[in-house]
Amino acid sequence: MKAIVTVMLKDGVLDPQGKAIGQALGTLGFTGVGDVRAGKVIVLELAETDPSQAKAAAEDMARKLLANTVIESFNVTVQPE
Amino acid sequence: MKTGIVIFPGINRERDMAIALKNSSGQDPRMIWHKETDLSGLDLVVLPGGFSFGDYLRCGAMAARSPVMAAIHAHAARGGYILGVCNGFQILTEAGLLPGALLRNASLRFLSMDCHLRVERNDTVFTNRYQAGSTFRAVMAHGDGNYFAEPETLDRLEKDGLVAFRYAAPSGDISPEANLNGSARSIAGIYSPNRRVLGLMPHPEDLVDPMMGGADGKPLFDAIAAAS
Repeated sequence: MKAIVTVMLKDGVLDPQGKAIGQALGTLGFTGVGDVRAGKVIVLELAETDPSQAKAAAEDMARKLLANTVIESFNVTVQPE
Repeated sequence: MKTGIVIFPGINRERDMAIALKNSSGQDPRMIWHKETDLSGLDLVVLPGGFSFGDYLRCGAMAARSPVMAAIHAHAARGGYILGVCNGFQILTEAGLLPGALLRNASLRFLSMDCHLRVERNDTVFTNRYQAGSTFRAVMAHGDGNYFAEPETLDRLEKDGLVAFRYAAPSGDISPEANLNGSARSIAGIYSPNRRVLGLMPHPEDLVDPMMGGADGKPLFDAIAAAS
């Protein structure tokens, strides 16, 4: 089973990278782009076959390592193979 | 004071730190590989600068989960001294030994330049050779030094006197211009509640001898060497 962990800076935490991407999009002529936030996606291949167990395990991993919850929030989705 | 320096893969400032410690104390620090788990006999454990584990995931995230860290937590719990500089400060926050986090510099640029640090208090084992309110020159060399913490945490740090250093003009004035990496409330370094754990981004060990271009950082190492 695959677990997909999306890690984003929390709302209210300045994201200079997202801001720079937004400015570059403006330079390229894309209009109508509001706030841009940049984060990361971590894909885990898990031996666990039960979706809710897999999700709980990935959330535990996110809390302990994959995200720094002082500055980041995370979201886990699971995908059967 | 018996000192030791922890080396993680990717750390590159351990020898400068060893020179600074020896320059003041005459003693060679013990060099500690990150897989070691026995820190007995040490009074001060130093986490030096560099790019531990290639800064993968987040700066200091991997190092903070290394085998040696359980011993470092125990060292802190028994009141041992810890100094974390640059990546070492990032590791201390990732390990939860100091609050907050270090974000990407507000300018998005890696900053390799001198800065001035204002000493917020001089009654600690690290700063008693400086005057409170005085500034000293230090070298910054980091991409992620923008100190962040929740407003309540910042208020608590200030109320409890746990801000060690702030980015300042040489005169001691705090301003957005002097706050080169955009840190919350110009914070460059903080203490643990017992003021025995210190983390800071700039490198005092870079200026400990006139031959290095200055000795502004030497009082910090002299103070450590003089502590019993």
